[in-house]
Parts: sequence; C-alpha cells; structure tokens
Amino acid sequence: MSIEVKNVSKHFGSFTALAGVSLKVESGRLTALLGPSGSGKTTLLRIIAGLEFPDASDDRAAGRVLFHGEDVSDVPVGRRGVGFVFQHYALFRHMTVAQNIAFGLTVRPRSERPNAKVIAGRVEELLQLMQLGGLGGRLPDQLSGGQRQRVALARALAVQPKVLLLDEPFGALDAQVRKDLRRWLRSLHEKIHVTTVFVTHDQEEALELADEVVVMNHAKIEQSGAPQTVYDRPASPFVIEFLGNVNRMAALAGKPNATGKDVLYVRPHDVDIQRGQAGEHSLLARVLHVFSAGSYGRISLQRTDNGEAFEAEIARDRLLDLDLQQGEVVSVLFRHVRLFPKGQLYEADVTNGQLSETAPGYRPAHGSGEHI
Amino acid sequence: MAGNVSTLVYVAKHRQRRSLKDPLWVRVLLIGAALLFVGLFLLVPMASVFAEGLKKGWGAYFAAFRDPDALAAIRLTLLTAGIAVPLNLVFGLAASWAIAKFEFRGKALLISLIELPFAVSPVVSGLVYVLLFGAQGWWGPYLPSGEHPWLGSWLNGQDIQVIFAVPGIVLATIFVTFPFVARELIPIMQVRGNDEEYAALTLGANGWQTFFRVTLPNVKWGLFYGVILCNARAMGEFGAVSVVSGHIRGLTNTMPLHVEILYNEYNIQAAFAVASLLTLLALVTLVLKNLVEWRHRRVLEAATASTTRQFIS
Repeated sequence: MSIEVKNVSKHFGSFTALAGVSLKVESGRLTALLGPSGSGKTTLLRIIAGLEFPDASDDRAAGRVLFHGEDVSDVPVGRRGVGFVFQHYALFRHMTVAQNIAFGLTVRPRSERPNAKVIAGRVEELLQLMQLGGLGGRLPDQLSGGQRQRVALARALAVQPKVLLLDEPFGALDAQVRKDLRRWLRSLHEKIHVTTVFVTHDQEEALELADEVVVMNHAKIEQSGAPQTVYDRPASPFVIEFLGNVNRMAALAGKPNATGKDVLYVRPHDVDIQRGQAGEHSLLARVLHVFSAGSYGRISLQRTDNGEAFEAEIARDRLLDLDLQQGEVVSVLFRHVRLFPKGQLYEADVTNGQLSETAPGYRPAHGSGEHI
Repeated sequence: MAGNVSTLVYVAKHRQRRSLKDPLWVRVLLIGAALLFVGLFLLVPMASVFAEGLKKGWGAYFAAFRDPDALAAIRLTLLTAGIAVPLNLVFGLAASWAIAKFEFRGKALLISLIELPFAVSPVVSGLVYVLLFGAQGWWGPYLPSGEHPWLGSWLNGQDIQVIFAVPGIVLATIFVTFPFVARELIPIMQVRGNDEEYAALTLGANGWQTFFRVTLPNVKWGLFYGVILCNARAMGEFGAVSVVSGHIRGLTNTMPLHVEILYNEYNIQAAFAVASLLTLLALVTLVLKNLVEWRHRRVLEAATASTTRQFIS
C-alpha cells in the first residue's frame, strides 16, 4: 500500500507545523521522517493516520492524503486501515496484554467480528511474533519499556493494517534496549512487509533502520532519499549539519569564486592528514589534540590561516604511522567538501591530487575555479 | 524480575530507615497530639451521637424510626439522593469528559460554573431557587397551577409546585452536590491525556466504544469515589434544602431537617437516634470506599504475584 501526501499545510494557532508538504512513500518500504523537534514530522504522521486534518483556506483547497492512489482524506481514522504506535505506547492500562492486543478485533461490528477462538489464536500468534510469549495475562504496568513497546506494536498489527505508523518508537527507551529493538523492528519488517513510516529525531536511527529517509525542518521537507544518498549528497546546509558530524568553516580566502561569506562543509572522515608543505589542494593546520581511544583516531586541528578549529577522523593504524605531536603543523587535505555559495550547492572532490567538481545548479557565470 | 520483586519487598519491610527516625519523645509528642485531636474532634462527637440516641435503651431508639414523620423523612432523603446522585453522575461525567478531553471556547468559564456551588453558601443556593420558582418569583407565576388555557391538556389542571415541595428539594440538592463527581474526575482525566482514546480510534472503535471501554474504565475508581461523596452530601445537605423545603412534616422534611425539628422540640433522644442513622450512613459509605480500594489493590497484587510465579517457574 503506497502513501501519497499532496500539498498539506497545518497551523496550530500562529505556529506553522506543515507548509505545503508533499510526499510519496512506496509500497512495502520502511520510511523515516527525520527532523528536530518542531519540524512538523509528528504532525505529518498524524495527518497520514487521520488523527489530524490538513488546513483548508479560502483560496486553497486542503491538502490530500492518498493510500494506493485512493483519496482517504475524508476517511475517519478507524476506517483508514492504519496501525498507529504512540510515543508513550498508550496501552489500555486496565486491560491485560492479551485484551490490549485483541481490542481492535473485539470492537468490530458483530457481523465482521471474528469469534473468540479466532481472536485468541490471533493474539497468541502475535505474542509469539513479538517474543512476548507467556505475558498475555499481565497488565501493562507490569512490563518493561521494551515489552510495552512490542505490545503496542502487536496491538496495532492485530487489525492487519495496510500501513504501519510509529511515532518516535524508541524515544522512551534506554540506549541498549533501543539498539536491540531497532534491529528487531528491521527484521520484523523483512518478515511482514507492511508499508511503514516512523518518526524520529535520531539521525543514526533513521539512517540505520530506514529504506528511505525524509529529512524535515521548519515545516518543510528538506530532502528525501535513500540513507546513503541523503548522507553523501545532502541537498542543503541543514541536511549536512543534521546528519552526522561535519566541520563547518569559511571557504578558503584568496581562492577565486569564494567571497569569504561562503560556507564550506567537510566530514571529519573526509579529512586526510599528511606531513609536509601545503600543496595545491591542501592547507596547513596545527594539531591541537589527539584522541586515540576508540575505533578510530580523532584529531582536533586549527587552521593556520584563519584560526578556525575543526576535527578529523582517521584509521587507528594510520594514526600510529603518523605519530602526530601536539602543536605540530601538518598538511591537511579535504577529500570531499561541500560548498554552499549564496545558498547554492557546490561539490568538489579530490582524488589522487586531481580536482573534480560537480555542481548541480552551478553556473559558470560565477567563474569556475578550484576551491581547495 | 524476581530480583526486582524481592527488592521491592525489602524496601517495603524496611521503609522506616533509621536515618529518617526522629527521637522517641518527638514521635510520642506528635503522634499523641494527633490522636488527641482526632479523638476530641472526631471520635468523641461521633460516639456521643450514638450514646445520646441509645440513652433510653434500644426500645426508645427504634421507636424514633417508627414515627410516621421520621419514616417519611427517611423516604424523602432516599428519594432525593436517588434522583440527585444519578443525575449528577451523568452531568459530572459529561462535564469532566468535555473539559479534560476537548479544547473549546469558554472552558474556563465552565470550570468556574461547576465549582460555583462550592463557593456559594448553601443558604444562598436555596434562596436562589425560591427567587426563581417561588410563587412571587421570576418563573413561579408561569408554573402551571389551576387553570391555564395556554398549556397542554396534561399540564392543564396539574398543580406543579416547586418551592415548599419535593421538586424544590431535589433541585436544591442537585445544585449543591453538582461539583463532587466532576471535581473528582477532571484531574484524573487530565493526567491520563487523550492518547488511549486516540489509540482506540485508530483500532477502529467508535465514539461509544471508546468511551465505555477506554475512558470510563480508566476513571472508574475516581468516579466511584465522587459518587460516594456526592451521595453523602445529598443525604446530609441541610442549608439549601432547609430554605426550599417549608418544613412540612411528613411531606417535605428530609432527615437532617427532621433532626432539627426534633431537637428544637427538646426531643433530644429521638433527634440523636435519627442523627445516628445519618452517621451510620456516612460510616457505611466510608467502609464501602475502603473496601473497594482494598479489593482493587488486591486484584493488582494478585496479578503481579501470578506473573512473578510464572516468571520464576
């Protein structure tokens, strides 16, 4: 079941939660809505579910929500066939785990309701699938956070939804449980293949779990694409700063096409450190600190030309070979940088000392030239 | 899990940490003062009610209830509570549901209105009804009495009297006891939030199913408690009822009013006998409340114990 959202806006008082957002989620995919708090991701999820409705203004029709090409904008939440897992689970506290899971089936009209035996069988099946065997008689208060999360998931799946929507599914769990549950959810998705959309503010979670990541900021979608794509080819300064660590610095002065106000981004793992003089594509930096405890070495550096500090990550054995000393001046090569001159995207790659540029939206009228 | 439970048991048993204990004389003094206060101002007066009522023996005690006026007063009190409490249960539930689960204009005003009967003296509440429904009141002249050609055939000829009659007593009681259920439920519902209702809706439940299977069970203990308090006040209300009742023996006297009449006639023993019945009612409601709470706790504990056993085995 594919999901399509067309030109949806939503305001809460004077706050704009969504400003004309459109989105397409393909059938059977696991999609992450990623963004900082207040970016509108949860609102978008609730609109897909039918818990909120898009604004309609006089001059513009309300945005639409389509499931598999069919307009469901006016279909009430209970009839949309969505399974929704709430951030704090929202389990029915006065019901046992089994009663919680069975709820969606027992509230059906008598003519559509399966008999008690079928319901019990379905509940047992879901308890097994969720690794909750033997816990059917417990009350939600007697479960751990991870167990409650899985009960909420089982309850949502019991009605065989066409679409599964999860609001910050791991937000309330501690780090270790979170990691386990993340892997478990991925394998569950491989098993049941329900079109799934989840909301998260954790970029690591989104990149690791999802087939497709939708990065949101300020009520708009900044970029969407495969995790690799949004990480390697971020479309805006926001995306590059939000996804993973990145060094942000002024573009190199004295180079053509750089105004000094332009911003250059380079990921720590794209920084290479060498001994020797500054070459055509490299610059000089002072070593401030070396952190070697970890799976890779982390080095704090300071540019000698303008004093900006930045970080590099290099392999442990490379770090060992270099034997860097604090205060030493080294030559630094940025293998891959992204430049956003006046809001425009510009990329540069250096491999084997050769510079290649890819500049979507880049206009030669600005003058071409090397940037490193 | 097993470890957690034994930790809990340990904490429960050793909750009185030595570091938190005060010197003996402080404890004796404080506990003694508290007990003395409770004894002087609660236990002794309550016991004296029964002592006075039974002063002339059990025969005289029961004779006080055989008096037809006393029986009428008991009947009227039960009738009043029987009408006022269910109505306020429904009103209170509806009001707290609207206030806790929805956003609308005038919500603050509605909350203030619900609390109004607490703020207003019961005598004033009674007077308001006299002002509205009394023979010289605003609406009084429009109440059907005698011949009114413009009224329907059923009402025509019916003499509906509100003040100095049962309807007035019921109305005044409803007014005075209105806040109890709502006040009890609003905070509980607000703490619970709307997520469970939303969850029920996403699972396909309709409005009624959501209300009866999710909202209501979540607040049932608060509701029960509110009803108990509401009932106690409905049976015990004096001020407002006194103003609208007219004190007609055997017709418009409730139990509290009957107690006052007996007392004013120096029939002290009978007054205290009827008063002891009211006290007994209060005690029964309290016992009932504790019983319900105790059973609720036991159900929870039993569930925990059984799952723990399951886990250990």
